[in-house]
Amino acid sequence: MAQHQVNYASSAGLPIALTSVDKLVNWGRSNSLWPLTYGLACCAIEMMASGASRYDFDRMGTIFRASPRQADVMILAGTLSKKHSEFARRLYDQMTEPKWVISMGSCANTGGMFNTYATVQGVDRIIPVDIYLPGCAPRPETLQYAMMMLQKKIRRESADMKKNTKQDLTTQTGKRARLI
Amino acid sequence: MRKYVPKDNVQKKAYYTDRFHVVPSVPRAEVTDAHFASVVTALGNDVKEAYIEIGQLVVHIDPTRNFDVMKTLKETCGYTQCSEQSAVDYLAKDNEFELFWQLLNITEAKRVRVVCRLANGAAIESIEPLFKSANFAEREMFDMFGIKVNNHPYLKRIIMPDDWEGHPLLKTYPLHGDEFASWYEVDKIFGKEYRDIIGPENRDPGKVDIKDTKRFSRIGYEVPFGAEYNADEEVPVEYSETALVNYNKKTSKQLDERR
Repeated sequence: MAQHQVNYASSAGLPIALTSVDKLVNWGRSNSLWPLTYGLACCAIEMMASGASRYDFDRMGTIFRASPRQADVMILAGTLSKKHSEFARRLYDQMTEPKWVISMGSCANTGGMFNTYATVQGVDRIIPVDIYLPGCAPRPETLQYAMMMLQKKIRRESADMKKNTKQDLTTQTGKRARLI
Repeated sequence: MRKYVPKDNVQKKAYYTDRFHVVPSVPRAEVTDAHFASVVTALGNDVKEAYIEIGQLVVHIDPTRNFDVMKTLKETCGYTQCSEQSAVDYLAKDNEFELFWQLLNITEAKRVRVVCRLANGAAIESIEPLFKSANFAEREMFDMFGIKVNNHPYLKRIIMPDDWEGHPLLKTYPLHGDEFASWYEVDKIFGKEYRDIIGPENRDPGKVDIKDTKRFSRIGYEVPFGAEYNADEEVPVEYSETALVNYNKKTSKQLDERR
């Protein structure tokens, strides 16, 4: 008579995997990051290249969405002019939680070479940023790396977004006031 | 070090001049070309001054006569395209703008530049009925210099936002923007009361904040990412002492702020 041993705790036995809710949720979130189709300047060309077949964002589950309601990552790719800042912030507000922001390129990080009256000196003045990506313009590999770093960050976070703190826009002045 | 000279009014006097620099001057020639001569005669008394610069006819006119001059150039002389139109700020020197229109005759392959001097605060007549390209060009001129254009179909800002203050191409306009410009996005998105919270723009690309443990980590102050700044945890950096130099001796001057 054959004897059958059932390993309840191992995956070789019954189809059971043990995990925590945090890990399960973050596994889902980090592997289906949908960025907003939103280009501001020349960095957007590199962003498009990252999405196209050679660099292929799709294999990471990163699919560009044409609506802020369906997106959960905002890649600020390029120079943010002051005239446009209002609309960038509105798009960010329209995205549903959970949402993350990648600031791509020197212009988005600090204003870059546009040290002028018409350019926002760093998008973190208006939108809390998760990943700063240096470069002018960053290569598609770099954007992919930023995306992978964001995945890493999400996997570290709590599944409950209320427990995760957004970047404090006020740290620049040292004043403690919650903005977002 | 070079002597510090305030650069508030950049137009009045250049703060740096190259001693050996010779300002290139464009040679001006008499109007000998048959076609250009016919243009000058067609314009008649409207021409204040006419000469040829690099193969192009330059005509100085009175600002009140610009529409009639353009009409003659278009209908009699065949200048059917207005390729460029704008102004130059000479307010500090003469309290005047220099306005110019660049016209092209396609059949003759000739170009004419019409130039006039417009007093500060005066308005110019629109040439939009003659050249449709003037519509946007005149709006840009209004946006950048604040020059008003009479009888323009839709005179409003074209590049800067509608609620912008100031005209950025004036030479008195600061490059980093005035008070209004530097707070524009904060005022618009969060409201004026958030100015204090967000703080002024950082215009210094080499700025280092010793209290910021998120963006900077320093030798002698090794704390976790994002920790609150605590001056007691500062460890003075010790340098090596060689036979020649003692680096611990503070002989050099340390600045509190960046110059």
